[in-house]
Amino acid sequence: MPTDGVNKGRRRFLVATTTVVGAVGAGFAAVPFIQSWQPSAKAQSMGAPVQVDIGKLEPGQLLKLQWRGQTIGVLRRTPESLSLLSEVTPDLRDPQSLESEQPPFAQNEARALKEEYLVVNMHCTHLGCIPQMVPQVGPQPFQENWKGGFFCPCHKSKFDLAGRVYKGVPAPTNLRIPPYSFIDNNTLFIGVSKKGAA
Amino acid sequence: MAKPASTLAKRADELMNWIDKRLPVTAFWNATMTGYYAPKNFNFWYYMGSLALLVLVMQIFTGIFLTMHYKPSATEAFASVEYIMRDVDWGWLIRYMHTTGASFFFILVYLHMFRSLLYGSHRKPRELLWIFGMLIYVALMAEAFMGYVLPWGQMSYWGAQVIINLFGAIPSVGDALTEWIRGDYFISDATLNRFFALHVIAIPLALLGLVLLHLVALRENGSNNPDGIEIKANKDENGLPKDGIPFHPYYTVKDIFGVGMFLLLFAFVLFFWPEVGGIFLERDNFIPATPLVTPEHIMPVWYFTPYYAILKAVPDKLLGVILMGSSIVVLFFLPWLDRSPVKSIRYKGAWYKVMLALFTIAFIRLGMLGMAEGTPAQTIEMRVWTFVYFSFFILLFFLSPRGKTKPVPDRVTH
Repeated sequence: MPTDGVNKGRRRFLVATTTVVGAVGAGFAAVPFIQSWQPSAKAQSMGAPVQVDIGKLEPGQLLKLQWRGQTIGVLRRTPESLSLLSEVTPDLRDPQSLESEQPPFAQNEARALKEEYLVVNMHCTHLGCIPQMVPQVGPQPFQENWKGGFFCPCHKSKFDLAGRVYKGVPAPTNLRIPPYSFIDNNTLFIGVSKKGAA
Repeated sequence: MAKPASTLAKRADELMNWIDKRLPVTAFWNATMTGYYAPKNFNFWYYMGSLALLVLVMQIFTGIFLTMHYKPSATEAFASVEYIMRDVDWGWLIRYMHTTGASFFFILVYLHMFRSLLYGSHRKPRELLWIFGMLIYVALMAEAFMGYVLPWGQMSYWGAQVIINLFGAIPSVGDALTEWIRGDYFISDATLNRFFALHVIAIPLALLGLVLLHLVALRENGSNNPDGIEIKANKDENGLPKDGIPFHPYYTVKDIFGVGMFLLLFAFVLFFWPEVGGIFLERDNFIPATPLVTPEHIMPVWYFTPYYAILKAVPDKLLGVILMGSSIVVLFFLPWLDRSPVKSIRYKGAWYKVMLALFTIAFIRLGMLGMAEGTPAQTIEMRVWTFVYFSFFILLFFLSPRGKTKPVPDRVTH
């Protein structure tokens, strides 16, 4: 390349500006391709949060519904069952929910935003079966001193009425708590915690 | 040539001339094959590279035929794989060639990498050669992982779940990132479809490009050898390395022998033992994927288990992911971590032999523990071997400049 009489400053400037403009253009052109990997409108509508009216839920009653392909249970607990939660602590594997999956607001004894309502992913953390609610206090075929809770018929995993797993059962962790919030006292919004979407 | 060539040979020469004026075929052949001098003391370890290339070609070839019958959709994928296995003529052979090939690819690559640790093949001036090799290895892991998702069995699904969730451990962007990778709120049809695209076109293209760079970098400085000597330092009056022999025909013939032996072993596994007792193809993967049922014992395929064990050894998720990532990243720096004045293990003292032996045991034990159920005792053992694994690199950096060495000969030995 002949270099006589070349304005090197101008050449460098042109090379630099062309590079910058090209890079910016490439950056913008990349956006549609990166965005195309986001959940599509269809996936978003299928995974949208679920609004539930819990005004008619009686104490002790369990409501089951579907969210993102999973069965979610909403249980309105009685004051008696809430008072029993601390009694079973020594028999539990993870009473503080340290190794379990839940939003930060549910990392407490009742594993709930409002103590009264347990909102829980019903799938057993062992192999995904749906445990049955056995709220009666008293001897059961699977346990003598039963204080009420969930019992999985598949492999005999046991959980208390806060979804906390008992020791010596196959399920490794407590039942999962999905993100949720209350729109008002009678309306539950499953899929969205107070802060932003899930 | 003394004798006049026959008319036919003359015609062939003319044709070759015609081509060479337009495409430098002969020049390329001379430069990379007949005129390329490789050290004459190659041993068993030098089969792995050409065999890996063979398996790559085989994977691409069988893969093309599998895509002709496979359906990348969550509702049809599992059934289409079974359709290939049962209804497509010879479909079972093509698919088992592909699955067996995947595992053999990793066996060859691991042995190929181990050869570098033995003879210092990654040392100056072959650092870039090593880095391209490492990039091939990483691309291969991505390729294998996504390929394993395609049959849409239980282990495909839950293995993908575990691996994609690793990205979720990254603070603040983790959840958004996993959602972006999956294209949904759980592993779904969208995930399968994009993994199919990446598995059959994007990563194979990248792999071919990297292999090309790996080979060009290899031809630039030539192969290392078991003595770790530069044969170009000793040239005869014609400027040819005294310890070198033309790659073709000497090493092409040697490699063809290797191909024969390899295919014998490969065919044995392919025909008599394609699942290798649940190691090459895991048992849970013969159950269709379902998001609602988790397999009792999730583990990746064997070639990932050493890293999986490192992940499991750490109680903290983020720390585990960082450590697992580092266990691969640290390999990239190997050319600069080994500062010994000699390359080959033959002229390094006992310090290196002990370290390499421990490192090898650590890697194999981690691989075995990564497949295990994970009892508390196994977790402790995983931590011990994870410590040994990383100690190798740290000790190598500090011990290699002052570790004992033996005098290196001028010429290769055999």
